[in-house]
Amino acid sequence: MSAPTRTARPRPERGNRGGGRMSRLLGPAQSLSLHTVSIIVGLIIVVPIAFALLGGFKDNRQLSNSPFGLPSPWIPENYLEILGSGSFWRQLFNSTLIALATAVIVVGVAALASFVFARYAFRGREMLFLFFTIGLMFPFAVAILPLFILLRTMGLLDNPLGVILPQAAFGLPVTIIILRSFFRAIPGELEESAILDGCTPFGFFWRILLPMARPAIATVSVLAIVASWNNFMLPLVVFNDPNWWTIPVGVQEFQGQYADDSAKVLAYVVLAMVPALAFYSIAERQLIGGLTAGATKG
Amino acid sequence: MDRNLRRRRISDRITIGLFMLPALVLFGVLVVVPILVAAYTSLFRWNGFGGLPTDFIGLDNFVRLLDDPVFIGDLRRGALLVVLSVTVQLPLALGLALLLNQKLRGRAVYRVLFFAPYVLSEVITAVLFDMVFSQNRGLANHVLRLVGLEGLSSTWLSDPSTVLYSVFLVMTWKYFGFHMILLLAGRQNIPRELHEAAATDGAGGWQIFRHVTLPLLAPTIRISMFLAVIGSIQLFDLVWVLTGGGPLNASETMAVTMFQYGFRRFEVGYASAISIAMFLISLTFAVLYQRFILRRDLEGAMTTMGDQR
Repeated sequence: MSAPTRTARPRPERGNRGGGRMSRLLGPAQSLSLHTVSIIVGLIIVVPIAFALLGGFKDNRQLSNSPFGLPSPWIPENYLEILGSGSFWRQLFNSTLIALATAVIVVGVAALASFVFARYAFRGREMLFLFFTIGLMFPFAVAILPLFILLRTMGLLDNPLGVILPQAAFGLPVTIIILRSFFRAIPGELEESAILDGCTPFGFFWRILLPMARPAIATVSVLAIVASWNNFMLPLVVFNDPNWWTIPVGVQEFQGQYADDSAKVLAYVVLAMVPALAFYSIAERQLIGGLTAGATKG
Repeated sequence: MDRNLRRRRISDRITIGLFMLPALVLFGVLVVVPILVAAYTSLFRWNGFGGLPTDFIGLDNFVRLLDDPVFIGDLRRGALLVVLSVTVQLPLALGLALLLNQKLRGRAVYRVLFFAPYVLSEVITAVLFDMVFSQNRGLANHVLRLVGLEGLSSTWLSDPSTVLYSVFLVMTWKYFGFHMILLLAGRQNIPRELHEAAATDGAGGWQIFRHVTLPLLAPTIRISMFLAVIGSIQLFDLVWVLTGGGPLNASETMAVTMFQYGFRRFEVGYASAISIAMFLISLTFAVLYQRFILRRDLEGAMTTMGDQR
């Protein structure tokens, strides 16, 4: 970033146009008010989370007397108890397994389809693409009942595939849209020369296209993982057996079970947030890139 | 025809078919078929057990919908959430997007921070705010007491007159960052020269916003609005965990009503009718929006391209 060179607002004078960036320097008052707004909004985000974090270190009497003060004394039992219980780790494992499997399937299947959409002209292509993009608007809520009945018939209740496969299916539209636009940007000459060198279409796809598309693959994988991680309705109806509960189902059940023990529920909420926030801090760029690409290229 | 060319064409066909097959099967079996099945079962009175539904009642479930005060209430509450999202949440997101586009120390931190709630699942957010709004141990009333606004303290989630607004507060907390990021990306796509030119011509801050930023940001705003409306129509997780739709259905949404009937009361036929209604409402909105509002973006894009030549 270049340092600002002018100290006054650019005046309308000749010879001042074009060239370098406009250094719109803010007056101190304006800058102060911008900071104030940002800090207030930041506090509105942080305070509930800090309330939960501190609340987890209190007992319920402390929580009633001072919902937001520092705990005195600090009571780590709530956190320790949850970390020592098998069910929290079990849910973490289930959520991770289901999210990774969903991402692998949806990205693999969508990449094959996007490759065809991006690089082959055939009759009905646009109709078919439209068919998938309309799917963007189907939430689980619309299809959950028949999906439940279908999964029951197929014996996939209390089976991770009963969540993984539908999640992959519902994730196809956005994944195909993003990957197609990315595959289109890869020059056609590359494919021609690969084919001339004796590469099969799948060989080109697997050995050249996918490695080149690594950033886009990372982006759609992150989107799929986050969507799976946060999914609630489907695991809620598919998993009756607590051994298969994912984090969101586990949090909700925990809240029901410990309705009177607010401090413990807060501790659970905080621990359940940690993996999501950690993943966000690692994959922030891909996540934001994917959302903005998905929204503007739709 | 050249033999090679013909062979090439056949092999292309095979490639297209093989590559497309997994997506078609997955999408067809698990997305399209369920929606068709929902349309079919919505024509029956059915508790969801046994093989196929047999008690055909035609459109009676849909007629019943129009007479069901809860469903009519869902429509009203959905409309209110849509209006609130568009008039409160999006302007907030727009304001913050423009703010974070300024040179502001720490803006990268603010950006990451404002977006963070979007990453938390709806369930975690809902459980957290259930605690925040709790009457005795909750944060909200405590803060109001601290700043001397005790008169505003409320039972939040157990009062039918405030519950929907409380839900909306949580929605805003969770989703404004998402819209902010979209709008920020849109804002950064506006060429800097346009703002410079306007400033050079003597336009003030408000004039620049009104005549340069806003029109050029319009396509992003329209997409943001589209997503906010669809999201409000289909809202489920937050409400289900936060209030279950209560008290007295005061925060119930279409999806919650559907879930109640389908998985709690086993009126699967009626619940399917609600799913189909939800689907038709979203689809109609999407088609009309696409037809009358998003279309302008295409034309707009073409005219600006023309201008640049």
